[in-house]
Amino acid sequence: MNPDDSIAYAYILVFSTSHAIQIEQWLIEKKVPCRLVPVPRHLSSDCGVCVRILKSDIEQVHKLTEQAGIELVGIHSE
Amino acid sequence: MIYFDNAATSWPKPAGVAEAMQYFLEQVGANPGRSAHRLSIESARIVFHARQAVAKLFNAKDPLRVVFGANVTEMLNLVLLGYLRNSDHVITSSMEHNSVMRPLRWLEKQGVEVTVIKCSQEGFIDPSDIENAVRSNTRLIVLNHASNVIGSLQPISEVGYQARSHDLLFLIDAAQTAGAFPIDMSTGYIDLLAFTGHKSLGGPMGTGGLVIGERVKIDQLQPLKRGGTGSRSEFEDQPDFLPDRYESGTLNVVGLAGLAAGVDWVLTQGVDSIRKHEIELTRRLLDGLRAIKGITVYGGREASNQTATVSFNIDGVLPSEAGLRLDDEAGILCRVGLHCAPSAHKTVGTFPTGTVRFGLGFFNTETEIDIALSELERLSLFT
Repeated sequence: MNPDDSIAYAYILVFSTSHAIQIEQWLIEKKVPCRLVPVPRHLSSDCGVCVRILKSDIEQVHKLTEQAGIELVGIHSE
Repeated sequence: MIYFDNAATSWPKPAGVAEAMQYFLEQVGANPGRSAHRLSIESARIVFHARQAVAKLFNAKDPLRVVFGANVTEMLNLVLLGYLRNSDHVITSSMEHNSVMRPLRWLEKQGVEVTVIKCSQEGFIDPSDIENAVRSNTRLIVLNHASNVIGSLQPISEVGYQARSHDLLFLIDAAQTAGAFPIDMSTGYIDLLAFTGHKSLGGPMGTGGLVIGERVKIDQLQPLKRGGTGSRSEFEDQPDFLPDRYESGTLNVVGLAGLAAGVDWVLTQGVDSIRKHEIELTRRLLDGLRAIKGITVYGGREASNQTATVSFNIDGVLPSEAGLRLDDEAGILCRVGLHCAPSAHKTVGTFPTGTVRFGLGFFNTETEIDIALSELERLSLFT
């Protein structure tokens, strides 16, 4: 998934990089496009990484993570 | 040269370990969890892979409950110092390594009550002794899965079951068994499993870890150190989630790259087949030693009840002299003397002289055992 201004993204904020990698692996398994990126400054002052997804996938990701019991800090769209 | 010091550290390392470390140093190199550029993420992936491999090996459900540190000693200290409070009671065995005994003796001076259950001369704990040792303030049982002196394997699930039935946490020191003997967090009733990376997991020194079971409430287990984790950087309080709560400071990622490759190798070989080979080698050594006049072997002397670590003495030859002569005259490398476990030596009756210890490993061969046996026969004949 390449950055593209015309695409609307959402960001899964997580507790740590380990969580981010776990979620990335899991989303790849579920064939949900995603990419690990720095946490956008307007979402958090944290220096860490988050998982960027397509805004259109938010609902699906919410559902999937709830089903799997995966812990998230939250999902934010721009 | 014959390397029989695998109980101290395994050598050689499995194929792929050095390569994984070289790949990290030459192609990755970045700090995991501190930045979000491609190399930092690749570095974090390597660490996460190590967590997954370890979780798979010990049948732990959640790789995020695998915490890494410098060695098994650090992980044992983390639990003992982080969990036990003044007036708590802890139960352990007389076969423990100093990695458990020294923190416990220190804690004892701070007001923690310590019961050391005496094991048999063959090095085995009687699980029924646990029942009698439990008090109203007992919080933890800590047990060396296998002795580093004589290899005796403890009945983990029986002790774990006792711990569970009394609602105690059960910590095992798997320094000598992780990768060499099947360990299952669930069927062993293990709450906390401390392991080293550089022995039978085939990784490099400077790697170890702790698998934290689901019953452990992490707010009751204080970190050994606090500091930067790359997460929650805006706050000055230590994170309260795993694995970051216990992983302050940059991890030894080059080491963990090697450890991941080592554990992958163990998973590919299969612990059962590693164990089978090591039992065969141990049996050959024990049978051969038994046939040499003037050699005393310690422990149960039954390969299936122990790891591939065998301790013995030669009549009229001090362990230190035996070690030097084996090295100089036959190129056999082993460990001699006391093996950082005075209580275990007292239990088996080899204190303070110690023993000659052959720590066999997966890469040893029957031919090496036979060569060593003839050298020992020569040594015992001409003394």
